[in-house]
Amino acid sequence: MKGHKLHVATEENALVNFDFSDEQLALKEEARKFLAAKCLPDTVRKLMEDDSPGIDRALWSQVAEQGWLGAAIPEEYGGLGLGYLELCCIAEELGRAVAPIPFASTVYFFAEALLRAGDAAQKAAYLSKIVSGELIGTIASSESTGPVSAAKISAELSGGKLTGVKIPVTDGSVADHAIVLANEGGKPTLFIVDLNGEGVTRETVETLDRSRDAARIEFKDAPATRLGAIGDGLALYEAINDRAAVLIAFEQVGGSDMCLEMARAYALERFAFGRQIGGYQAVKHRLADMYAKNVLARGNAYYGAWALNSDAPELPIAAAGARISASDAYWFGSKENVQLHGGMGYTWEVDCHLHYRRSRQLSVVAGSPRSWKHRLVTMLERSNAA
Amino acid sequence: MDFNDTPQEAEYRARVRAWLEENAPRGIKGVSLGDEDPELLKACKAWQAKKAAAGYAQIRWPKEWGGGGGSTIESVIFGQEESRLGVNLGGPFAIGLGMCLPTVMATADEETKARFVGPAVRGEDLWCQLFSEPAGGSDVAAIRTKAVKDGDEWVINGQKIWTSGAHYSDYGILLVRTDPDAVKHKGLTMFWIDMKSAGIQCKSIHQMSGARGFNEVFFTDVRVKDSQRLGALNDGWKVSIVTLMNERASVGGGRGAPGGGALSALKLAQKMTDEDGAPLSTDRAFREKLADWYVRGEGLRFTGLRSLTALSRGQTPGPEASVSKLIQAASAQDMANEMLELQDQFGIITDPKYAAANGSFQDMVMGAPGMRIAGGTDEILRNIIAERVLGMPGDIRVDKDLPFKDLPTGR
Repeated sequence: MKGHKLHVATEENALVNFDFSDEQLALKEEARKFLAAKCLPDTVRKLMEDDSPGIDRALWSQVAEQGWLGAAIPEEYGGLGLGYLELCCIAEELGRAVAPIPFASTVYFFAEALLRAGDAAQKAAYLSKIVSGELIGTIASSESTGPVSAAKISAELSGGKLTGVKIPVTDGSVADHAIVLANEGGKPTLFIVDLNGEGVTRETVETLDRSRDAARIEFKDAPATRLGAIGDGLALYEAINDRAAVLIAFEQVGGSDMCLEMARAYALERFAFGRQIGGYQAVKHRLADMYAKNVLARGNAYYGAWALNSDAPELPIAAAGARISASDAYWFGSKENVQLHGGMGYTWEVDCHLHYRRSRQLSVVAGSPRSWKHRLVTMLERSNAA
Repeated sequence: MDFNDTPQEAEYRARVRAWLEENAPRGIKGVSLGDEDPELLKACKAWQAKKAAAGYAQIRWPKEWGGGGGSTIESVIFGQEESRLGVNLGGPFAIGLGMCLPTVMATADEETKARFVGPAVRGEDLWCQLFSEPAGGSDVAAIRTKAVKDGDEWVINGQKIWTSGAHYSDYGILLVRTDPDAVKHKGLTMFWIDMKSAGIQCKSIHQMSGARGFNEVFFTDVRVKDSQRLGALNDGWKVSIVTLMNERASVGGGRGAPGGGALSALKLAQKMTDEDGAPLSTDRAFREKLADWYVRGEGLRFTGLRSLTALSRGQTPGPEASVSKLIQAASAQDMANEMLELQDQFGIITDPKYAAANGSFQDMVMGAPGMRIAGGTDEILRNIIAERVLGMPGDIRVDKDLPFKDLPTGR
């Protein structure tokens, strides 16, 4: 395809090593076993019932002990210094288990923002605390309904102090620090704010997925330090989102695989009209469609993983593809999993709704599929014009 | 995870590339299955002979059968390098070498194999596959064409349908009913047949798209010798499974345009304008759909790369490739129609003098229904995924224990 330069590499030289290595797959297997033992659906459900802060603290410290928080953080900050492929493996398993911990906010957003834009002092101040599990971080960008944009940022820095309101901030009531998107001198810029410090008022906000905390955070002359240059806020925000999108796509892939496994198991064990319901084509074909969407989502997520890990120029396109495909698969898988379970699927006690809820959280947390589609086509237009 | 060949693969690719640069014919338009232009067919045969002489035809087959004695991954590399140069002349041989000859090689005696394999590899003989019938489409085992024993010969009467390339084929493999008293799957037998035998009549099928790629083949008192039997008497169903397994074994992963054609859709939308003069590509509803088509196409491409990776690592590819045609056909139909409607009143035009994008999306609207049916309907493919990949129970079969002749039939 003429002018489509970004993809030439995969066509010219298309015999590939397009999968995880044996070591990475072993890590994934280990993570799966660990979470199967430590992150039970009943615990997730319980967190949803209680007036809880949406975090399993015991799991959080065990995950820290496993070293997962620092999987992709360099060794000089106490991390394992592995790579993003390893982090993708962990993400998939966290998604599969509907893990109720602020992993994405802390690792994919807060740590990645520091690694990308932080100065030496900022990295030194926060990264090792992230690795040990002492510090929960998050990102605060949204202020109102609809996609984040320059025109919608009203949070403002004045005299080194931040004033404004962010809602929803995922994991906002449990986080210690946040990266906040605000204006300085009218230019979008990122800031680090200590959420336990002065000038910060937090209110927990109820959401569809109570296994993940969310907050409305009001900043009133809160001390803030700049991350990156003045005016770089939106570009950095997009770059961080691209990276996080790939990792979130892996969580979605893990979740939608689990939905298919649940639906499959139920279709085999449930009998109606004298036979397993999995023998009826209406059920069978739905399962086949779930499988097909999961296959596509995995393929797109792998491309995202490759682009993330190799810092390829294709990352924005790959991230969009991963995100769009995985959002579609997880929504379809989670809703049809409820449907195939029939009345039982609509009860609190059966796990289907855990995925149904999480699929909604993950679809919108790093920008909705609608925004990603628009962004993807904009990039394709550019490469069509090249 | 990367996009690199192993050193051995890179070396093989370099060797193949050099050979192709020197030998491959250029500037011949691609051939699709059933294409009947005799000049094109001649070019295809010449290229096949040249590849065979150099060991690049049937790379995976043993050398004693005229193949290249190479690996699957080598044959994939060769295919990639061939399409890189725009050489697409293998269509007429796909069924013979992909399905018929593997069946012959698995079941025939040495003499028969020696007679047929070499000429087929060299492109001298073309083969077709005579399985489907008016009464046996998705349910292939329901075929009615019968063979009645007469001495050491069989007399065949009946009709086959959807036979690609029957009109130019030299030979075919033929599935017939030899025992109507047995249950459906137990009374079938496979033969090879000379397509020039007396009593065979081919009639091309006029497709809804206007094209004529398939045939009806009528058999009136056609005689074949018992020595033309492939496999045991009444064991034809098992033999046909060998044929169909070979069809599924072909791996073509990682080929094709990025985004499954979505980029050409975008290109056209950029050229057309909306009521207010803005390019139609700026329409948000269109952009959302376009992103879906692109991501589906890319998802399939990457799935192909995953299968190739398994091969390259010496593993068997997983079942993920089974979704390919199901997704591709439906997505193409969806995209083609959206692109047609985007053209508004112009969308109905196919006249090459006026049609947008040379009428390619209109062509696709008419071709897509065929894609959703040929080589396994959407419904059969979903059954296969659910039953073979996900382990769901099969349908209840009302025809399992009855003699074939007592089965209820429609028209």
